Amino acid sequence: MLSTREAYGQALADIGETCDFFVLDADLSKATQTVHFAKKFPERFLNMGIAEGNMMDFAAGISTCGVPVFASTFAAFAAGRAYDQIRNGIAYPNCNVKIGATHGGVLIGADGGSHQCIEDIALMRAIPNMTVLCPCDKEETYACVKAALAYEGPVYLRFGRLGSPEVYKEGTLDFAIGKGQVICDGTDVTLIAIGDMVSRCCEAQKLLEAEGIHAAVLDMASIKPIDAELICKFAEKTGCIVTVEDHNVMGGMGSAVAEVLAKNCPTPVEFVGIQDQFGRSGTPEDLAERYGLTAGKIAEASKKIIEKKG
Amino acid sequence: MRLKYSVEQLEAMAHNIRVDVVESLHCAGSGHPGGSLSIAEMLSVLYFHEMNVEPSDPNEAGRDRFVLSKGHAAPAYYAALAERGYFSKDLLRTLRGIDSPLQGHPDRKKVPGVDMSTGSLGQGISAAAGMACYAKRSGKDFRVFCILGDGEMQEGEVWEALMAAAHYKLSNFTVLLDNNNLQIDGQVDQVMSVYPIREKVEAFGWKVLEADGHDVKDLCDALEQAGKNTETPTFVICKTVKGKGVSFMENQAGWHGAPVTDEDYETAMKELNA
Repeated sequence: MLSTREAYGQALADIGETCDFFVLDADLSKATQTVHFAKKFPERFLNMGIAEGNMMDFAAGISTCGVPVFASTFAAFAAGRAYDQIRNGIAYPNCNVKIGATHGGVLIGADGGSHQCIEDIALMRAIPNMTVLCPCDKEETYACVKAALAYEGPVYLRFGRLGSPEVYKEGTLDFAIGKGQVICDGTDVTLIAIGDMVSRCCEAQKLLEAEGIHAAVLDMASIKPIDAELICKFAEKTGCIVTVEDHNVMGGMGSAVAEVLAKNCPTPVEFVGIQDQFGRSGTPEDLAERYGLTAGKIAEASKKIIEKKG
Repeated sequence: MRLKYSVEQLEAMAHNIRVDVVESLHCAGSGHPGGSLSIAEMLSVLYFHEMNVEPSDPNEAGRDRFVLSKGHAAPAYYAALAERGYFSKDLLRTLRGIDSPLQGHPDRKKVPGVDMSTGSLGQGISAAAGMACYAKRSGKDFRVFCILGDGEMQEGEVWEALMAAAHYKLSNFTVLLDNNNLQIDGQVDQVMSVYPIREKVEAFGWKVLEADGHDVKDLCDALEQAGKNTETPTFVICKTVKGKGVSFMENQAGWHGAPVTDEDYETAMKELNA
């Protein structure tokens, strides 16, 4: 079971055989898995050391010469530490830089709150020109990397640290930026998730089904632009929504979904995610339990919102 | 194409840039006169003597690159680009206007000839280093130039960029430091000293040269030397006077960012055209 960061590293090394792009890292190439690309294509890899701000602008400079660049580090040091460089050095000049941010969310585990970035999606989503993607498994990670390369402009890619169960069988995913995926159809409630939370929603869907509740599950890997049409279609069909993300409930994917609903088809929403607090050390499963990111908690939230729609 | 203006022509061009700066800032009603006037000679020498650029094809792949890391000196940059023929000089009068491509700080999306958007200090030098690194890695022979502010050296990212450029031996990269020793809140050495600059930058692995930033011959010589350096990037400490050429603006921190009133304009133009 590959994590999306491992899939990212493999994707860069595979796609690098046929596409011309540079990869930069900030002394985390083994963790972000860009090391595979570095070994295969040393002439197109640059280790920038522990200096993330410089890395982002350096990447932007390279990209102005006509070649896409992936700049990788942990989400906390990309969206957090290098926010201004991403804003003013990459997004404002509309540079063709892809930010490969691994270790997003609290489920990275024992490193603790300093390293658990729970606000990156909110920060990146609020920057004009920026596209924000968060794939859920190996297949979707490959698709996101390819789509990011095919798209001319800045993209923020968020990956997790843990092994991600397979959601899509090889060759079955028709991914496009701006398009959500229907993992499972349903009539009573719609679960909308990103990253590792997609497979947890699939588990929650089974728990609910056992109680006679038919939940739909959507994968919203393209957080910005977001698939408003699909969200509204399922809001109308099921009458209530649960958003699930390993990210602060303020400003993340759930907020993006709520923005769509408030504007087009007001619908009750339950937000499963980090409730505006920093993370802590612990095993991933202990953390999932503590912060309410388990299938059981998702099922509970679903029942609560179904009651609310009346 | 590389122009080869004579010393007299370069001096005249620096003068033209100064006149353009005062005029455009007067029209705009806000902006940064001091740090624009201090880089007039540097821009004259870069665009009319040293750099291989093609205004009719601003994105030509083999061109030399320039990044104004101290983006607030945009009025001088725009003046140099207009004088070099990237766009009409009439556009300079629209500086900072609602529909003008000439933003308060340079925007590469809007202005032909601007290789990187800048404004948030400390970032331009990193982007410029990235361009130089691309050339090295791709076997291209273009050079990259960057004008950096001395107050800007207080930004930690400048030192990250200096470290990276030396590490990757970017000998095609030249930084010109506008060392006017003034920043918004006062003298650089009093606000937060960046000195001794030569020793620090040398310790980071750069070749360091010094030049009179208002002497075009001195600047030409420094850039020629930088071009011959095949081992390390080159850092030219250009001693300058903030507000140079307009006596009441010279060495006044208050003229970092201030409107040029009608009266200021009249006085400044009289002096420049004397």
